Amino acid sequence: MMKTARYFASLAAGLVFGFGLALSGMTRPQKVLGFLDVAGQWDPSLMFVLGGAVVVATIAFRFVLRRAAPLFEPSFSLPTNRVIDAPLIGGALLFGIGWGIAGYCPGPAIAQLAAPNLETLYFLPAMIAGWWLYRATAGVERASSGRTGQAR
Amino acid sequence: MESFTPWSALAGGILIGLSATLLLLTTGRIAGISGIARGLLSGYSAKNAGDFAWRALFVVGLIGGAWLYYGFAEASGVVSVVPHARPGFPPLLLIVAGLAVGYGTALARGCTSGHGVCGLARLSPRSLAATLTFLVAGIAATWVVRHVLGVQ
Repeated sequence: MMKTARYFASLAAGLVFGFGLALSGMTRPQKVLGFLDVAGQWDPSLMFVLGGAVVVATIAFRFVLRRAAPLFEPSFSLPTNRVIDAPLIGGALLFGIGWGIAGYCPGPAIAQLAAPNLETLYFLPAMIAGWWLYRATAGVERASSGRTGQAR
Repeated sequence: MESFTPWSALAGGILIGLSATLLLLTTGRIAGISGIARGLLSGYSAKNAGDFAWRALFVVGLIGGAWLYYGFAEASGVVSVVPHARPGFPPLLLIVAGLAVGYGTALARGCTSGHGVCGLARLSPRSLAATLTFLVAGIAATWVVRHVLGVQ
């Protein structure tokens, strides 16, 4: 019963996320790069997407996290690490460079499968290969010592 | 050139914030796309069936949500929202960018959704540092690609 509810909720959250992402225009790399290209004809749309999402989540998370537990799981699975370290900054730099080159972050890259084009064929497998590469190298000892369910 | 679309951007952003709230409320998880999708690389086994299932369902929903939006948009005669490949955008850049986005988000433990939306909403200093870093790196990379290399 709980399990079914949990699965249904995950699917529903994914649907709302994907719909919102496509509506926001952020599944189109040109739109993302229009924001990152501050030296060109700047398009502030991405700021409205991020701003809208952060404001809603900041307010709503307050209320949700007052609960002792989520609805369909015994406890919350939240990241507890608060240290700003080299992997965080190095990873964010690397991610930002890739994002700025092509205009895809992971959400839009995966959502491309809803209407795939030639770019999907190059970017998506390369991104998944990047995840694999991490797992095959640095990720091994981290994954085994890390907590499970750190969904980030 | 992309025109500024504040209303669809804001509406899409609000939906993304609501999706993150729904996932946190029901399953206690952070709606970080890179983390959710990356977890699928562990593969399916009887031991992690539940973990695999919610992740897979969220990803299926993400794609389905974008697909639904494109369907509605096309039915109402708006075709410009569907992503299309950029003619002349070098495949090599897409591959390099994909690898960087994959490895970088794994190393930094999050992307635009995990750090940018959920992390900022949780007032996490790690996520603030990551978000500022990938924004600056993204702006720099876009500048190099568009204004130094001349690739659009």
